Amino acid sequence: MFLFSARNIVKRYSNHLALDRVSIHVPEGTIFGLLGPNGAGKTTLLRIINQITAPDEGELFFAGRKFHAGDVVHIGYLPEERGLYKKMKVGEQALYLAQLKGMSRQEAMNKLKHWFVKFEIQAWWNKKVEELSKGMQQKVQFVTTILHEPKLLIFDEPFSGFDPINTNLLKNEIRELKLKGSTIIFSTHDMGSVEELCDNITLINKSRTLLEGDVHEIKMNHKLNVFEIGFRGDQEPILNALNGNCQVVDQYEGEQDRFIKIRAGSGITGNDMLKMVLPHASITSFNEVIPTMNEIFINVVEAQNQSKSHNHE
Amino acid sequence: MNKIGLIVSREYITRVRKKSFLIMTLIGPVLFAALIVLPGWLATIEDREVQEIAVVECDVNGQPVPDSLQFFRDVIPNKENIAFTYLTGMKLQDILKAYEATDYDGVLFLPQNLISSGREAYVEFYYRKPPSMGMEVHIARSIEDFLFSNKLIVKNIPADVIQSLETKISLNRINWKSWPAQHEDTTDVKRGLGYVGGFLIYIFIFMFGAQVMRGVLEEKTSRIVEVIISSVSPFQLMMGKIIGIGLIGLTQFVAWLILTIGISAFAQQVILPKPAAISMEQVVPADIMNQDASVVQPVINNGNKQEAAMMLSGIIKQLGQINIFLVIGAFIFYFLGGYILYGSLFAAIGAAVDNETDTQQFMFPITIPLILGLFVMINSFINPSGKLAVWFSIIPLTSPIVMMARIPFEVPVGQLLASGALLIITFLGTTWLAAKIYRTGILMYGKKVTYGELWKWIWYKG
Repeated sequence: MFLFSARNIVKRYSNHLALDRVSIHVPEGTIFGLLGPNGAGKTTLLRIINQITAPDEGELFFAGRKFHAGDVVHIGYLPEERGLYKKMKVGEQALYLAQLKGMSRQEAMNKLKHWFVKFEIQAWWNKKVEELSKGMQQKVQFVTTILHEPKLLIFDEPFSGFDPINTNLLKNEIRELKLKGSTIIFSTHDMGSVEELCDNITLINKSRTLLEGDVHEIKMNHKLNVFEIGFRGDQEPILNALNGNCQVVDQYEGEQDRFIKIRAGSGITGNDMLKMVLPHASITSFNEVIPTMNEIFINVVEAQNQSKSHNHE
Repeated sequence: MNKIGLIVSREYITRVRKKSFLIMTLIGPVLFAALIVLPGWLATIEDREVQEIAVVECDVNGQPVPDSLQFFRDVIPNKENIAFTYLTGMKLQDILKAYEATDYDGVLFLPQNLISSGREAYVEFYYRKPPSMGMEVHIARSIEDFLFSNKLIVKNIPADVIQSLETKISLNRINWKSWPAQHEDTTDVKRGLGYVGGFLIYIFIFMFGAQVMRGVLEEKTSRIVEVIISSVSPFQLMMGKIIGIGLIGLTQFVAWLILTIGISAFAQQVILPKPAAISMEQVVPADIMNQDASVVQPVINNGNKQEAAMMLSGIIKQLGQINIFLVIGAFIFYFLGGYILYGSLFAAIGAAVDNETDTQQFMFPITIPLILGLFVMINSFINPSGKLAVWFSIIPLTSPIVMMARIPFEVPVGQLLASGALLIITFLGTTWLAAKIYRTGILMYGKKVTYGELWKWIWYKG
C-alpha cells in the first residue's frame, strides 16, 4: 500500500515549467529516494508535498485518500537549507517547533529529553543556537524534524554538513525509523547513500520523470552484459579467444592480478564467455559487473539531455 | 487557531524578555519628551551666542554722518543674543575692508534716503555667518516701525497718537458649548495632547513596522521559514508576527502611560507644597484682559517651584475636562489599525528582499504617506477642523496620525466612523496583498526583485 502518492503534478512558474506531470508513489514503511540533477524540480516537489506551494495540476494522496492541509502534522520535513532562530535557546526552540506540529508542551518535553540524551546533546539545551557549530545545529534540527513521530519523513540532503561519524549515526537513525514503521522520502545527490538506504527511487530530470522503481530491479535492468575477468599472464590470448565478439571496456592492474572488463556481444552469456577464455588463461576471478546507481544516474541523465538537444536542433 | 497563538506568544515573549525592551520602556518617555522639546531647546542654545552687529549710516550723498545727525541711532533695540553698535564717521567701505581686523559678526548698512522710500525697500546686510530668521525679522520689523512712526511724525501726528494706533490682539477662547459655566479654555492642552498622540503613532508605526520587517527578514535569511511554513500557513506566520509585535507596542504604550501618570503624581507631590490649597482662580490670572490667557500664566512671584506647580496642576485640571478615555481608546484603535496597515506592507518588503540594504527601494513609497501624515498632523493641530485636516484624517494611509491631532477636539461622529471603517477596510486589503507577496517572497532567494515581479506574485495561484 502506498502511504503517499502524487499524481501528474504540474507546476509552472512565470518563465519555466518546474514539474511536468510528475508522479511518485511511496510504499508504506520504505525509504524512497527522490533523485535528480540540480534544478530538476526536486525541491519544488518536496514543497508541494509539504503544502508550502500548491501545484497547478495534479493530486496528492495520503494513506489512501486525498491529501488535505491538516495532514502536514503527519509529515516531518528537513529542508536542504537548514535554519533555526539564531538568538533563541535550543530547548525553547525545539519545544516551539514541536508545538507547531501539534504536540502538547508536556509531550514535546518528554520526547525531547529522550532524544537529547540519545544524541548526547543535553548540555546544549540552554545554549543559543548561534553558539553551536553548524554540525551541532543540524543535529538539533534533525531531532526537531522527527520528534513528533510523523508517518512520513522528508529529508532533503540530510547528510550535507555532517562528518563521517555523524553521517553514520544519522544513517543508523534513519534505518531505525524505517524499522519502527516510518515512511521516508529522501532526496540526495549522494548515490552511495541511495544504494545503502533506498528501497525505491524516482529520478526526475528537466521537470519530468526519467526513471522509477525498485532500486535492485533498476540495477538489474541497467546491466550492460559486462564482465570483469581477473587473470595472471598476458591478455592477448584472452582477447583472441573472444574472437572479436566482445568489446573491452576497461583494463587495469591489481597488486597481483590483472583485470579486464569486457562487454559481451549479444546472445553471449557469462557462461559462454568463461568457456571461451578458460582454456587460454589463468583466471583468478570472474564477476558480472552490476552498474552502480551513480553510473545509472549519469548515463540516463546524459542520454536524455543529449536526445533533447538533438531534438532541438 | 492556536497555531497563530503559538506564533504570537513566541514573538511576544522573545521580545518582551529582551533588555532593549526594558530599557526602551524605562527611558522611552524621556526620549520622546526630548525628541519633542529638543529642537526648540537647541535653537535657544544657539541663539545665546551673542552676535555683534555694526550699523553704518550714510547721508544721501553716501558720506558718513556725525553722531548728532544720525537718524537710525538706537532704532534697533539690542536683544539678549544680538548687540548693535552704531558706528560714527565711518564709510561702509572702511568697515568692510577691515574684515580681518574687527570682530563684528555682521554689518548693517542704512542709507538715510531710506526715510523717503516707498512701499518696498532693501537694506544691505553683510554677514560672516548667515543671519538667523529671528534676527532678520527683528531688524526688518524695527526699521519698519521706525519708518512708520517717522512718516507719521513728518505729517505732524503727535507721538502719543502714534503710540495708541497699535493694538496687539490675542484670542481669549471660551468654549461656547460649556458656556455660561465657568469653564476654562483647554485648547492648548488639547493641542498638546493631539500632537503627542499623533507623533507617538507615527513613531510607533515606524518602530514596530520596522521590527516586523526585520523579523520576517531574519526568518528568511536564517532559512527557518521553510520549516515553519511546513507546519503553518504563510498567512498564519505573517499574522502571528504582526500581532505579536503589535502587542509589544501596546504593552509599551500602557507601560509608558502608567509610568507617566506615576511620575507626574510623584512630581506633583514633590513640587507642589499644598496641592489642595491651589485653586484655579490662582492659576489663571483674574485680570484676563491684560493677559495672554491662552497660556496658563502664573502671576505669583513666589519662585519657579510654585510656578511649575501651578502649570502642572492647571494642565491636570484641564486634562480632566477632556474625554481622556476617548483619546486613549482612539490612540489604541488608530495605532493598531495604522500599524497593521503598514506592518503588513513592511512584512511584504521583508519577504521580498534578501538583506536589509535591499529594503530601501521598497521602503520609500511606504515612508512618503507616513511623513505626509506627520506634516498634515502638525498643520492640523493648529487648525483641527480645517479641510486639510478633515480629509487626511479620513484617508486611511494618513488617518491614524492626523486623526489623533483632531481627537481631543470634538470630531463629528460621521467623520470618525468613516475614518475608522476606511482604515479597517484598507488594512484588510493591505494584509491580503502583503500575504500574497509574502507567500512567494519568503522562498525566493538570490533574485533582485522589481515592482513588476511583486505584481506577478500577487496573482500567483495558492
